Amino acid sequence: MDTLKLILEFVAFPGFLFSATVGLLSTWVDRKVTAKVQYRQGPPWFQPFADILKLLGKEIFVPEGAPQFVFLAIPLVGLAAVILVSTMLWTFNADPGAGFIGDLLVVLYLLTVPSLALIIGGSASRNPMGALGASREMKLILGYELPFLIAVFVVVARTGSIIFGNIINYQSVHGPILMSASGLLAFIVVLLAVQAKLGYAPFDIAEAEQEIMAGPLVEYSGAPLALFRLTKAILFFVLPVFMITLFLGGIDISWAGIAWFLVKYAVILTLVIVIKNTNPRLRIDQAVRVFWGPVLGLAAAAFILALIGW
Amino acid sequence: MANWFKWGLKKSPWVYHLGASACNNCDIEILDTLTPKFDIERFGMTLVGSPRHADVLLVSGIVNRQCIERLKRVYEAVPKPKLVVAIGVCACTANMFRDSYNFTMPVDRIIPVDVYVPGCPPKPEAIIAGIVKALEKVK
Repeated sequence: MDTLKLILEFVAFPGFLFSATVGLLSTWVDRKVTAKVQYRQGPPWFQPFADILKLLGKEIFVPEGAPQFVFLAIPLVGLAAVILVSTMLWTFNADPGAGFIGDLLVVLYLLTVPSLALIIGGSASRNPMGALGASREMKLILGYELPFLIAVFVVVARTGSIIFGNIINYQSVHGPILMSASGLLAFIVVLLAVQAKLGYAPFDIAEAEQEIMAGPLVEYSGAPLALFRLTKAILFFVLPVFMITLFLGGIDISWAGIAWFLVKYAVILTLVIVIKNTNPRLRIDQAVRVFWGPVLGLAAAAFILALIGW
Repeated sequence: MANWFKWGLKKSPWVYHLGASACNNCDIEILDTLTPKFDIERFGMTLVGSPRHADVLLVSGIVNRQCIERLKRVYEAVPKPKLVVAIGVCACTANMFRDSYNFTMPVDRIIPVDVYVPGCPPKPEAIIAGIVKALEKVK
């Protein structure tokens, strides 16, 4: 009975179907806002769904001499990881007591899996563009992961716990983490790292369409490509939820709570989309320098402030 | 073809642009089609960088001896079902270059072409109309 409930949660709500629907709608919002910024109309609301349906029906290519199993299985691994993150975050928000010790760390690990899937997929595609994209993604991970972890551990330092439930409870008593100096700095760092995790400008270096075509995705066609796009769409939903849970007081499961969640979600989406649309692409060395320089400094400052209790 | 797939293909045709030794005029006109003024994302069209992602292949130019092998290979790299639109009068018939020393044969004798968009160069409106006509051929 419990297993059945877990499977249902993973496949339907709040797992795959729910997060994929909301994620795809969010990517539509992104495309529509981008279109409005550029003074044009933009696609209709069902556009991301049409893209996915079309890709699912197309022919699947495996490059000659590429490891077939790895090439085709790795998109599924990335997708499974983000679905699991979505399931975990919503479960813990609905019932703060449902967590286990270290669930924050598990989510942090799972959030790197989509990038790893991209790296492995790109390397397995036997294409120079794919290899180049994979190497760029690898350097980008080296860049953003350190400030991202330090910024997340600002929250841990303030709440004294690595369990989502305790972090949510702390915030419902003491107010959101964002309302403190250290929390604000850490939020900015996490926002930049999220931009890089999503692969949006100014950090869309790995998939730079104009220079290396689509980077790691260059040899993918049909269903595996659809899975990669779904992964990215779900990540576009899950990462803001992750930020809301850590910094903006979590999600209260009631009508007012859901409405309040939508407001917070819209604010974070707006920030991400505005950053994406107003910045040119950095080179990979510039991106790593930004993350290891100013952003790391900001994260370290936030951590010190958190330790002295600001 | 299943109905849901046909719907998806018609609502989201991704185009790949292949300049087979064109004089660049048609290529510039294809780029104009992508500008906000014409806004082809309304129809779900996007320009993709890899032929593996494409549904519609836009071919422009007379095909010379260097290009003919590449054209065949790019056509094979596009996953099925695929549509080909010949952009410009050069791709349709080779026009004034038909006696040129490096002209081999028109595009439709190398790969199957679904729609011809003549013009030197064709207007962006004509290119959009051509792609829409190609999509109408999806059965």
